[in-house]
Amino acid sequence: MTATAAGSGRRRTPERLGPSRLRPGDVVAVGASGLTTRKTRTVLSALGIALGIAAMVGVLGISESSRADLRDQITALGTNLLTVTPTGGFGGGDGALPAEAQAKVSRIGPVERVADVVELDVAVLRNDLVNENETGGITAMAAHLDLLTTLNGELAFGSWLTEASAAVPTVVLGSVAAERLGVIEVDQGMMLLIGGEWFTVIGVLEPFPLAPDLDRGALVGQPIAESLVVGAAAAETSSVDTSLEAPVGELSPSAIYLRTDPSQIDAVRGVLGSTVDPQSPDEVSISRPSELLEAQEATESAFTNLFLGLGAVSLLVGGVGIANVMVIAVIERRNEIGLRRALGATRPHIRRQFLTEALLLSALGGAAGVAIGVAVTALYAGSQGWRIVVPPLAMIGGFGAALAIGAVAGLYPAMRAAGLAPTEALRSS
Amino acid sequence: MTAAVELLDVVKTYEGPPPVQALDGVTLRIEHGELAAVVGPSGSGKSTMLHVMGTLDRPTSGRVLIDGHEVSSLGDRRLSAVRSQLIGFVFQQFFLVDGATAIDNVANGLLYRGVAPAERRQRAAEALIAVGLGHRLTHLPNQLSGGERQRVAFARAIVNRPAIVLADEPTGNLDSNASDAILDLIRQLNEAGSTIVVITHDREVAGSLPRQIAVRDGRIDHDAATRVAAVER
Ligand SMILES: Nc1ncnc2c1ncn2[C@@H]1O[C@H](COP(=O)(O)OP(=O)(O)OP(=O)(O)O)[C@@H](O)[C@H]1O
Ligand SMILES: [Mg+2]
Repeated sequence: MTATAAGSGRRRTPERLGPSRLRPGDVVAVGASGLTTRKTRTVLSALGIALGIAAMVGVLGISESSRADLRDQITALGTNLLTVTPTGGFGGGDGALPAEAQAKVSRIGPVERVADVVELDVAVLRNDLVNENETGGITAMAAHLDLLTTLNGELAFGSWLTEASAAVPTVVLGSVAAERLGVIEVDQGMMLLIGGEWFTVIGVLEPFPLAPDLDRGALVGQPIAESLVVGAAAAETSSVDTSLEAPVGELSPSAIYLRTDPSQIDAVRGVLGSTVDPQSPDEVSISRPSELLEAQEATESAFTNLFLGLGAVSLLVGGVGIANVMVIAVIERRNEIGLRRALGATRPHIRRQFLTEALLLSALGGAAGVAIGVAVTALYAGSQGWRIVVPPLAMIGGFGAALAIGAVAGLYPAMRAAGLAPTEALRSS
Repeated sequence: MTAAVELLDVVKTYEGPPPVQALDGVTLRIEHGELAAVVGPSGSGKSTMLHVMGTLDRPTSGRVLIDGHEVSSLGDRRLSAVRSQLIGFVFQQFFLVDGATAIDNVANGLLYRGVAPAERRQRAAEALIAVGLGHRLTHLPNQLSGGERQRVAFARAIVNRPAIVLADEPTGNLDSNASDAILDLIRQLNEAGSTIVVITHDREVAGSLPRQIAVRDGRIDHDAATRVAAVER
C-alpha cells in the first residue's frame, strides 16, 4: 500500500479495502494455541474420544486377526476335502459304510486321494490294571496309510504308520488321546493295551481341524486291526448274528476322507452317495468340513458387537465432553474473542478458530485411540499366536468418526463464539 | 476533505430492560493527524462513543464515517476489514493472550491481514523495540509489569501502522511513571502522523493534549478543539 492515510486526508473517495485474511496455516496455529495453553484439559477431553476409538479399533482388529488366522488355517487345510459318514437315525443301519466303499470311491475320476478309518469296538488301556470302562473317550481306529496325507495332517513327534508297521502292534495317537494318556514322547517305548494286545506307541499327531473325531483316536494299521477283530469275534461266539452286513474279517469304514480336483467338488459330491451305497444312497452323509470353518469365519461374535456398542457409547460421551469443554472455552475466552474481532477477525474467522480447536482435540483423541486400538490388537493377537491384522478401514473409519464427532461437538460452541458481539465480548468479566 | 472520524447525530440505545440511551445525538469530526482526549463522568457514554468510532458497535441511528467509509452500509466482513486496516485499539485491561509471548501477542496485530508468520514476527519485534521493550520479546504477559503489558498492547495496536488509534483509558491501571511512558508513546505516534483518540479520567493528562472533548449524559458537553496543522509528508 501507499503511504499510510495518516496526515494525508485529501482523498475524495475512500480507498477500497481488501478483506481481512487469515492464512490456512494460521487457522491451524490459532486453533492449536487454545489447546496448548490448557494441556491438562486438552488431554483429559481427548481421552474420552481416545477410549471410544480404541475400543472399536481394538475389537475390529482382534476379530479380524482371529478371522485371518482361521482363513490361514482353511487355506492350509484346503477346501477340497469331503467326508463321507454313515447317516444315523431310522433305518440308519449299523452305523457303518459298505466294506468296499473305499475302493469304489478311489475309482471316481476327479478323486485325488482317499483314506478311510474304521472304529474298532475294543478298549484302549494304559495297562492291564485299569478298568475297561475307564478308557477316557479314546477310540481305537484302523487307519488307512494315506490318511495323514489326505487330511494334510502333521505329526507332533514320532512317525506315521507304514506298510511294515501297519502289520505289527504299533499305534499312533491323536492329539487328545495322547494328552489323556499322558504321552509326551515315544523314545521310552510306551505300550498300550488295545483289544487285549500290547501296542507300541510310535507317534503322536497334531490336531486335525477338519476331522476333530480323529483327535481322540488310537490309530492302528488295517492289517493288524483285522486280526484284532477276528480274535475278538472268536472270543465272543454269541455275536455271530451281525455277520450278515459286516462279515468277520472285513472292516466297514466309519468315515471316508477324500480330496478331489478343486473344480470338480460339486460333481464328486453328487455321485458320492450312490457310489458308496448304491442300494440306499440316503444312508450316506457327505460333508465338506472347510464349510464349517468358513461359516465360523463369517459369524460375528456377540462380544464383538457388545464392545462395538460400548465403544460407540464411549465415543458419544467423549463427544459430549468435547462440546462441554468448548462451551466453557468460549465463555472463558470472551475477551480473547473480542480482542480478535477488534484486530479485524471476521465472524467466520472466529467460527473457524473454535471449530479447528474442536477438530484438533478430536483428531488428537482419534489418533491416540487408533494407536491404542492397534497396540491392544497386537498384544492380544501376539498372545494367541495370530497374525496381526487391523483393517485399514477400521483405522481410517475410527479416525474419521473422531473427526466427525469433533465437528458436531464443536459446531455449536463455534457458532456461539462467532455470534458474540465484539463489545459484549470485550466487556470485562 | 475526508475526516478520519465523523459522527453525525449518532444515537446509541441499549435495549433494556431498562433501555439506556448511552449516546444522545453526538455530532463530531476528527481530522487526520489529530490527538484528542475524551473526558467525562463515569457512565456518560465515552466507551460507547469509542466503540462506535471503532466500528465495534453500530449506532441505533445517525451516520458514522471512518476515513470516508460509511459504517452503516458495510457488512460484518467489510467492517472487520476496516478494523484490521485502519484502526488500532488499546484497552484499559490490555487483553493480552496469556499463553503467548510478547512478540507473539504483538504479531497477532497482523494475523488477520494475511501477513506471513516470519514477517509478522519481524515487524512485531520492531514495534516492541519502538515501545522500548526490545529486551522483553519472549516474555509471557505474567512475567511483565502492568506498564510493560500496556506497552505490549500498544505495540500490537500500532504494528499494522493504522491511520487511527483508539485508546480507552490506556493508563487507567497504571501508576504515574508507567502512565507517562504510555503518554509519551502516544505523543510520538501522533507526531509521526497518526490520528489518536484517548479516553481518560485524568484532567491533567487531558489538559496536556491538543483537544478535549467532554461528554455528559451521552452528549458532547464541551469541545475545546485546538486545530493542529496536519503533518504533511
Ligand atoms: N451492553 C450494555 N447494555 C446496557 N447498557 C449499557 C451497556 N454498555 C453500557 N451501558 C450503559 O450505557 C451507559 C454508558 O456506558 P459507557 O460504558 O459508554 O460509559 P463510560 O463513559 O465509558 O463510563 P466509564 O467511565 O465508567 O467507563 C452507562 O449508563 C452504561 O450503564
Ligand atoms: Mg468506559
